Amino acid sequence: MENTQDMARSGARRVRRLIGGRTLGDWVADLIIVLILLLIVASILYPIWFIIIASVSDQTLVNTGQVTWFPKGISAYGFQQILGDDRIWNGYRNTLIYTVAGTVLNLVVTMPAAFALSRPEFKWRRLIMLFFTITMFVNGGLIPTYLLYKQLDLLDSWAVFVIPQALNVYNLIIARSFFESSIPEDLHDAAQIDGVGYFRYFTRIVIPLSSAIIAVIGLYYLVQHWNDFFTGLVYIRTYDKQPLQIVLRDILLSNQAFQGGSGSTAGAGYGQEFADQIKYGVIIVSTLPLLVIYPFIQKYFNKGVMIGAIKG
Amino acid sequence: MLFVAVFNYGPMYGIQLAFRKYDFTKGLTGGDWVGFQYFRQFFASPMFKPLMVNTIRISLWTLVMGFIAPIILALLINQIHSTKVKSFVQTITYMPHFISTVVIVAMINLFLTPSTGLLTRFLSFLHIDNANFMGNPSTFTPIYWISEVWQHMGWNSIIYLAALSSVDVALYEAAKMDGAGRFQLIRYIDIPAIMPTAGVLLILNMGGVLNVGFEKVFLMQNTLNLPASEVISTYTYKIGILQNQFSYSTAIGLFNMLINFVFLVIANQISRRVSHTGIF
Repeated sequence: MENTQDMARSGARRVRRLIGGRTLGDWVADLIIVLILLLIVASILYPIWFIIIASVSDQTLVNTGQVTWFPKGISAYGFQQILGDDRIWNGYRNTLIYTVAGTVLNLVVTMPAAFALSRPEFKWRRLIMLFFTITMFVNGGLIPTYLLYKQLDLLDSWAVFVIPQALNVYNLIIARSFFESSIPEDLHDAAQIDGVGYFRYFTRIVIPLSSAIIAVIGLYYLVQHWNDFFTGLVYIRTYDKQPLQIVLRDILLSNQAFQGGSGSTAGAGYGQEFADQIKYGVIIVSTLPLLVIYPFIQKYFNKGVMIGAIKG
Repeated sequence: MLFVAVFNYGPMYGIQLAFRKYDFTKGLTGGDWVGFQYFRQFFASPMFKPLMVNTIRISLWTLVMGFIAPIILALLINQIHSTKVKSFVQTITYMPHFISTVVIVAMINLFLTPSTGLLTRFLSFLHIDNANFMGNPSTFTPIYWISEVWQHMGWNSIIYLAALSSVDVALYEAAKMDGAGRFQLIRYIDIPAIMPTAGVLLILNMGGVLNVGFEKVFLMQNTLNLPASEVISTYTYKIGILQNQFSYSTAIGLFNMLINFVFLVIANQISRRVSHTGIF
């Protein structure tokens, strides 16, 4: 489709050249559009670039505004501190476990459920779908949820990160719409004629055809788990079990000193200038994994979100 | 069919969980029936008015700006001819969506540090001087919605770009033949093409009008900006989890949900009248 569009565009351009070329107004409009978009792109890229250069620069220079484009007074002190801090690695490990376990469970639950709900011969699908959709708008609220988790012994356990979030209705709808619109019904008919059961049809035929949607939904879940802050805040008491985001909150926002510098007296170890350098470094260390994964899956995004939109 | 039954076990468990939560509310108040006592307590409390005002102010700003910005961005991106430039802009604008709330708030704090922060310096260069942006109730809402738009604008534009890409190219050609200019093309083809999507999204957002993102507000709060930043969800958390006033907190939560639901229904009705699209 991309191609036909391009062809149509270049065709149109040729026509326009024949009848007198692009008008001045077109050029001005293009220029304005490009400038606005450039500004938006810069407003996103520059802060990120600034964090990178600030994390390795002398903080006195950063704070007085002398670091604009390239790092100055390079020092790796911040990163050395981060590498030597147990809390970050502990949080990292916890988050990694919760994210991997959570995402695997998410996919194992969401995909078959979406498949079952996409089958037209499944009688109860509309009713069950309604059940799911209601939960998007209605929930018990914070306290009832908290008390339920308490009863189920989920409080302060790693399972609270994984089990209650096993299914996200929005992702379920996306996956179901994908199965409905992108898997040809002929395949199912052929499978039935060959005597292939639902289970084998799903695992051998549907799953291999759904890599795009699995990638997108997997990423949604992954991001959701990685950035989960609320669960740790409300349901976890033991610090050893806290995910990375809580650790980040303590370092970045509550200004808790690093182990290396948290001697006994206030201000021991290092001053404010290093605290900021460490913060910039922590931001990079904690966000990098997602930003690295994301471009690889990005090409599927438009497709994934579009499918969700149609049914949404 | 057997397979279907087996694999519905997973989701059914999820339903059960979600609905047991809901039933629990009844079980809780049912323990010792006090009627609407907690609701009355909330309405009469001195916190009621500031909570409602803050919640609505923050959420309306975010709702309106967060609704308009992606549409404009999508229309602009759609005007780019080169596929490479297009995908570059898209890649960059989607990126902030993946940054966690904690990190976003940390970035806001760092950039708005009084006198030395990156943005503080930039703004004072533009003669917008303010000693302490984060410690000022009047700047809380703008900081909140601007950062929210910055983070999610690109991501939320995907859905509109998808709608725009399905517009028949012949439509543009025909309009150009009739002498339509650039802005007329946008006005009469692009905007109508995304209206249904925009309508549905607006309804869904209206349903969350009192749901200001708990995490971000909570993390951005400090003692100085609290008069403008205490919202219903952070208040329920504080009195519920931190002060153990379970019933009172639940009543406020339920009230919040009811209001949201009313907004959802109203928005849906209006949208059905105006554009014949609705979600139910």
